Amino acid sequence: MLEIKNLHASVDDKEILKGINLKVNAGEVHAIMGPNGSGKSTLAEVIAGQEEFEVGEGSILLEGEDLEELSPEERAHKGVFLSFQYPVEIPGVSVTNFMKTAINESRKAQGLEDMPANEMLKKIREKSEMLEIDRKFLSRSLNEGFSGGEKKRNEIFQMAMMEPKLAILDETDSGLDIDALRIVSNGVNKLRSKDNAIIVITHYQRLLEYIVPDFVHVLYNGKIVKSGTKELALELEEKGYDWLKEEAAV
Amino acid sequence: MAYTEEELKKELETKEYEYGFYTDIESDTFPKGLNEDIVVAISKKKEEPDWMTKWRLEAFRAWKQMEEPEWANVKYQKPDFQNISYYSAPNKKPKYDSLDEVDPELLDTFKKLGISVDEQKKLAGVAVDIVMDSVSVATTFKKTLAEKGIIFCSISEAIKEHPELVKKYLGTVVPQKDNFYAALNSAVFSDGSFCYIPKGVRCPMELSTYFRINQAGTGQFERTLVIAEEGSYVSYLEGCTAPMRDENQLHAAVVELIALDNAEIKYSTVQNWFPGNKEGKGGVYNFVTKRGLCEKHAKISWTQVETGSAVTWKYPSCILKGDYSIGEFYSIAVTNNFQQADTGTKMVHLGKNTKSTIISKGISAGQSQNSYRGLVQVNSRAENARNFSQCDSLLMGNRCGAHTFPYIEVKNKSAQIEHEATTSKIGEDQIFYCNQRGIDTEKAIALIVNGFSKEVLNKLPMEFAVEAQKLLEISLEGSVG
Repeated sequence: MLEIKNLHASVDDKEILKGINLKVNAGEVHAIMGPNGSGKSTLAEVIAGQEEFEVGEGSILLEGEDLEELSPEERAHKGVFLSFQYPVEIPGVSVTNFMKTAINESRKAQGLEDMPANEMLKKIREKSEMLEIDRKFLSRSLNEGFSGGEKKRNEIFQMAMMEPKLAILDETDSGLDIDALRIVSNGVNKLRSKDNAIIVITHYQRLLEYIVPDFVHVLYNGKIVKSGTKELALELEEKGYDWLKEEAAV
Repeated sequence: MAYTEEELKKELETKEYEYGFYTDIESDTFPKGLNEDIVVAISKKKEEPDWMTKWRLEAFRAWKQMEEPEWANVKYQKPDFQNISYYSAPNKKPKYDSLDEVDPELLDTFKKLGISVDEQKKLAGVAVDIVMDSVSVATTFKKTLAEKGIIFCSISEAIKEHPELVKKYLGTVVPQKDNFYAALNSAVFSDGSFCYIPKGVRCPMELSTYFRINQAGTGQFERTLVIAEEGSYVSYLEGCTAPMRDENQLHAAVVELIALDNAEIKYSTVQNWFPGNKEGKGGVYNFVTKRGLCEKHAKISWTQVETGSAVTWKYPSCILKGDYSIGEFYSIAVTNNFQQADTGTKMVHLGKNTKSTIISKGISAGQSQNSYRGLVQVNSRAENARNFSQCDSLLMGNRCGAHTFPYIEVKNKSAQIEHEATTSKIGEDQIFYCNQRGIDTEKAIALIVNGFSKEVLNKLPMEFAVEAQKLLEISLEGSVG
């Protein structure tokens, strides 16, 4: 599904990603953990095509296709989805209208007609029920006045609507209380399938109790310094990151 | 493709005026310059009665004593009033019984604008009184309206056919001497619309006028008079486009609305006159006086979407004279490149329990300057007056400006005045968020701008709202490249 080879990225001449290698197959869930400032969010945004970052060496392949020349929207059309750590507010644009626009733009890119209204409605109903979202919520302005938890739940709702091939969840657990965390995780688990892949970025092992990863990677100082199975997350929870930092320094 | 602030700005600046074409129709144009002879000649040309000629001359004499105002937050080369031709009418057959007789080139112009009259005729409920360089050339739906006793015609026709109404109301809301441009308009107004709704009648359709300036060096001076008798209702739509031209064109219109007891007038405007090119050359000067008078329990709503003109100076106002009368002002003003807009409203509370609402949305891009200027005045006898004002500004890029000048004068302690203002900026993060969801930058800007303007767009009649939405997109987006 996704193959990242020796990826380097910098912003304002400061290198943040220093040679990332990562392979994610369809049907897999990968967790990326690491201390603050290690480059986790940068990695997510570089995959999504945020051009604030300068990609030096390396490549990102989605189903074998190099994404380098593609705009963020083209990557989205190909099935890349980023659940933002800090979703932005768009006043006056309802969640429903935003989703309708997003879905129809992607369909347009694939040469399809707009999704018929009844189909759209059915989909919205289905997905909002799955994520226990009140219908009133959908007519509110996108993220405006949303609580931290509502924003994250809304991100996962969008993921459910867009049905991406590759979803990157950037600290989706931050700002969620335990009930919201369970609902959101359940949602994500229902969206897991053999045809898609999910990358979960998190600080804490807590989320991984709900969304159980196949692989765990530790990102430190712009590089993946350790990879393992879900047990690695437990080890990190117990020992912190310091032992890895020491290991990486050697 | 990513969109840095720089690229975003560039893109916003490259959208050329879509309606920049010029129709080659023979015109009957007066020599340039303005004096009493010209004023009399205009009146004669229009076969006006003596009282009208006198009225114009009074205005002209007042105008000569007045000075062009300079208090607005706009900078421009003052027009040379002796270098303007004050009358221009299409030459071929000024009146038509049916559209078939209309100059095909003229019809073609309308088609380019996307306002095919044929289509409009078929579309339910829109009567069109088209003003093309000063003389009305086609009026539709007249019959249906006549059955209800509604008069909807050009002001020239009204002067001839309904002099008693014109005499009674013309200049009662905007007097000849009101201000420099109103005086000029009163002296030389070429044409415009007249609308009269009889007592208790609810106008069954939206009344619509399209204005278009179409003659090099011709100022256009529209005069509109709308009278809603007791308990009547009318929704009036005014839309305007002008072709591209190098020199600045002056437009000084006057609109007077009279809402008698329990009457309601909804007046909606979409204006996209040529704003000048991206170097700030050319464009229309738009100095307009619009005012409405509300008697008891009457209501006047002004809704405007302003995307054009190089310089705009416009304050649709309400005089809330009658007790329990209501004034509303909903506005979207977009400026791009070097456009300057100083626009807002005046709500004058004279009667008891009067209420006014002001919602103003300013969008600035390029190097434009967008000012809101509003006055809320509560007089000593206006017990329990209420006002709510909200002024929001949206900025794109770092070189444009948004300004808010709210004036509040309250002479009655029972008044309740609220004012809210916000300023925000379209962020790269918002654009990226939309991009990530598969929405390209052009569409993302449209989405954000429409969201920002939603409260006002919702106030427009359906068919107008769609057009306004399109205009917002045209004004602010470039071909992505």
